[in-house]
Amino acid sequence: MDYVYIVPVGSIRDDFWVEPLEHAVMRTFGLKTRYRRFDLDLARAYDARRGQYDSAEILRQLIAALPPDGCRVLGVADVDLFIPILTFVFGEAQLNGAGSVASLHRLHNEYYGLPRDKHLMLERLLKEALHELGHTFGLIHCHDPRCVLRSSTYVEDIDQKSAEFCEACREKVRAGVAACRRQARSAAGKTNRGNAVRSYDVPPIV
Amino acid sequence: MKPEDTAILIVDDEAAVRESLCKWFQLDGYRVDTAADAVEALKKMQEQPWDIVFLDIKMPGMDGLELQRRIKQIDKGVVTIMITAFASVDTSIQALKEGAFDYVVKPIDPDDMSHLIRNAIDHRRLVTENLRLRRQIEEISSPDKIIGESQALRQVMERVAAVAETDSTVMIRGESGTGKELVARAIHSMSNRRYSPIITINCGAYTEGLLESELFGHEKGAFTGALYQRRGRLEMADKGTVFLDEIGNIGEKMQMDLLRVIETRQFTRLGGDKLLNVDFRIICATNKDLEKAVRDGTFREDLYYRLNVFSIVLPPLRERSSDIPLIAQHFMQKFAQSMNKNITEFSPEALEMLVKYEWPGNVRELRNVVERAMVTAKGRRIEADDLSFPFSSSSSDFFGDDSLEEVERKHIRNILERTNGNVAQAAQILKISRLTLYNKIEKYQLKKKEP
Repeated sequence: MDYVYIVPVGSIRDDFWVEPLEHAVMRTFGLKTRYRRFDLDLARAYDARRGQYDSAEILRQLIAALPPDGCRVLGVADVDLFIPILTFVFGEAQLNGAGSVASLHRLHNEYYGLPRDKHLMLERLLKEALHELGHTFGLIHCHDPRCVLRSSTYVEDIDQKSAEFCEACREKVRAGVAACRRQARSAAGKTNRGNAVRSYDVPPIV
Repeated sequence: MKPEDTAILIVDDEAAVRESLCKWFQLDGYRVDTAADAVEALKKMQEQPWDIVFLDIKMPGMDGLELQRRIKQIDKGVVTIMITAFASVDTSIQALKEGAFDYVVKPIDPDDMSHLIRNAIDHRRLVTENLRLRRQIEEISSPDKIIGESQALRQVMERVAAVAETDSTVMIRGESGTGKELVARAIHSMSNRRYSPIITINCGAYTEGLLESELFGHEKGAFTGALYQRRGRLEMADKGTVFLDEIGNIGEKMQMDLLRVIETRQFTRLGGDKLLNVDFRIICATNKDLEKAVRDGTFREDLYYRLNVFSIVLPPLRERSSDIPLIAQHFMQKFAQSMNKNITEFSPEALEMLVKYEWPGNVRELRNVVERAMVTAKGRRIEADDLSFPFSSSSSDFFGDDSLEEVERKHIRNILERTNGNVAQAAQILKISRLTLYNKIEKYQLKKKEP
C-alpha cells in the first residue's frame, strides 16, 4: 500500500515526462511509483463560464479511484485548473492526505508567447509535482527561496526555486513518509487478519 | 511574525469560495476558520480574537457592510477585507469608507492575493502596535484618577462626559486642591483630541513677560537671553488641548493677547512676524471669583465670556465626605507601592477622623496627610495617631512654645504644602515677594527633596 500513483488527466500524451517524474518521486520520497490511467469524468470538473477545470473535483475523482496498494496519487493534467476564489492554480493537493494534481497548462513557454522549451517545461513539472506531493505529507509553504515547497504564484517563481526540499522540509518529508509506511504496514496487518475493510481518512482537499 | 500567529476568518455564503480560500491560507500555515453567515461570524468573533476577516458583501440576511460595522464594534482593530463580485464595486468603496482595509473582486490573481494578505498582516501589526502604544500613553498620562461615588462627583463627571466630545472652551471652578487639573485631563482624554498632547500652563507661576514667551514662544534675539528660537506651549498643543491653570492671575496685556488668539486661532512668536495657525482647545481653571474680578475691572468681561462657555464647578472635599474613605484608600495603595510598605488599611478611628475633618486643602491635603501617615505608621494599618492635620481645630496651640522663627518656618512649610510647592502662589498667600520667599526657603531649608 505504498505506491505513488501517477495518473495522466485529460488528453495529455504519456511521453517524455513520465520516466523523469517517476525517478524524481522515487529519489525524493523513497516510494515506488505506478503509472496508470484512471477512468475520470473531466466534464464534471469543467466550468463553462470560466473555460477552466475545478481542481477540487479532479482531486475528488483521483482519490476515489486510488487502488488499495496506493498511498498517494498525483494527477498530471494538461487542462487549466482553478479554485473558485482564484483565477488559476498550477496545482492542488490535500494537506496530509492522499491526493494531488499538477497542471502542465501554464508551464509551457508557449502559453506566455515564448519559444517552446521542452526541457524547461519538464523541470517546472517536476518542481510542481514534488511541491504538491510535499503537501500530502503535511508540509506547508516554505520561506526558503530555494526550497521546492516555496509558494509559486507566477511561473517565474517556479523557475527561481530548485527541485529540492530544504533541509528542514526534507526532515519533515522523511517523517511524513515513515508515518505513511507505518500506516501501510498496520493496514496490511489488519487485512491479513481479515478483520478490516480498507478505509481512507480523507482530510480537506487543499 | 510566524503565519500561525495570524488568525483569519472567512465569511461567505458560497461554500466553494469559503473552502478554497480557507485551503489556500492553510497551505501558508495561517490559522483559518470559516463562517457561512453573519450569525456564525459574530459568534466566532465573540469566541476568540481574529486578525483578518474576509467578508462577502452580498449574503442573505445581514450583508457584509452591516456585518463589518458589527465586527468593528466587537474589535475595532480587526482588519476587514471585502469579497465582491464585479457588479458591486460601489458597495466595496462604501466598505472602504467604513474602515475596510481592501476589497477583492473574485476571482483574484494568486499573486495579488499573496500581496494582499501580506499587506493586511503588516497593517494588522501596525494597528495592534498603535493601540498598545495608545493604551500605554493613556496610562502614563493619567497617573491619578478621579475617585468617588458621591452624587456631587457623579454630577461633575456627567458634565465632563457631556462636554468632552465637543470643542467648547471649558472653565473649571473649585477650591485649591479639588482636582481641577485632573478634570481637565479627563476631558482631554475623553475627547477626540486624546491622541494629541494636553499642555498645562500654570499662569500664576509666571511673570507676564515670561508667560507671554511660554505661551507664544519666541524667535532668536527677541529679547536679551533669547539665544535660540523656541516654540511656545500653544504650538506644542497643536491638535490637542491647552490647560490654563489659575487663569484669574493673568495681567491686562496677557488677557488682551489671549482674547485675540481665542478669536483668530492665530498668533506670532515674540519677535517674529510669521502668523502661526494652531488648532487647540482651551480648558482653564481658577479658584478666584472671576465675576467679582470682572465687576472690579481687573478681568476683561469679553475674555470672561469667551472662556466661560461651559462651566464645571468642583465640590470641595467636605461636601462629598462619603468619597473620603475611597480616596484615602487609593492614596494608601499608591504610597504603599512606591514606599514598598505593607500597609493595607485604616483603623476605624483613623477613618472617622478623616471623614470628620474639614479639609480646607481638599484632595491635595488628604493626599499629603495619607503620605505623612504612611511614613510614620508602624504596623499594617494607619492608626489615628499617625494622622496629623496642619489646619485642625486644635491649631490654636499648634505651635506651642515655638520661637517666632520656628513658627515662621512651620507656617511657610504648611503654605508650601498647600500650594504643592508652588512658590508664586505661596508668596501671594503669604503676601511677600517671591524673592523673599526663596530666601526664607533657603534659610529654613524647606527645599523639596528630589524623589
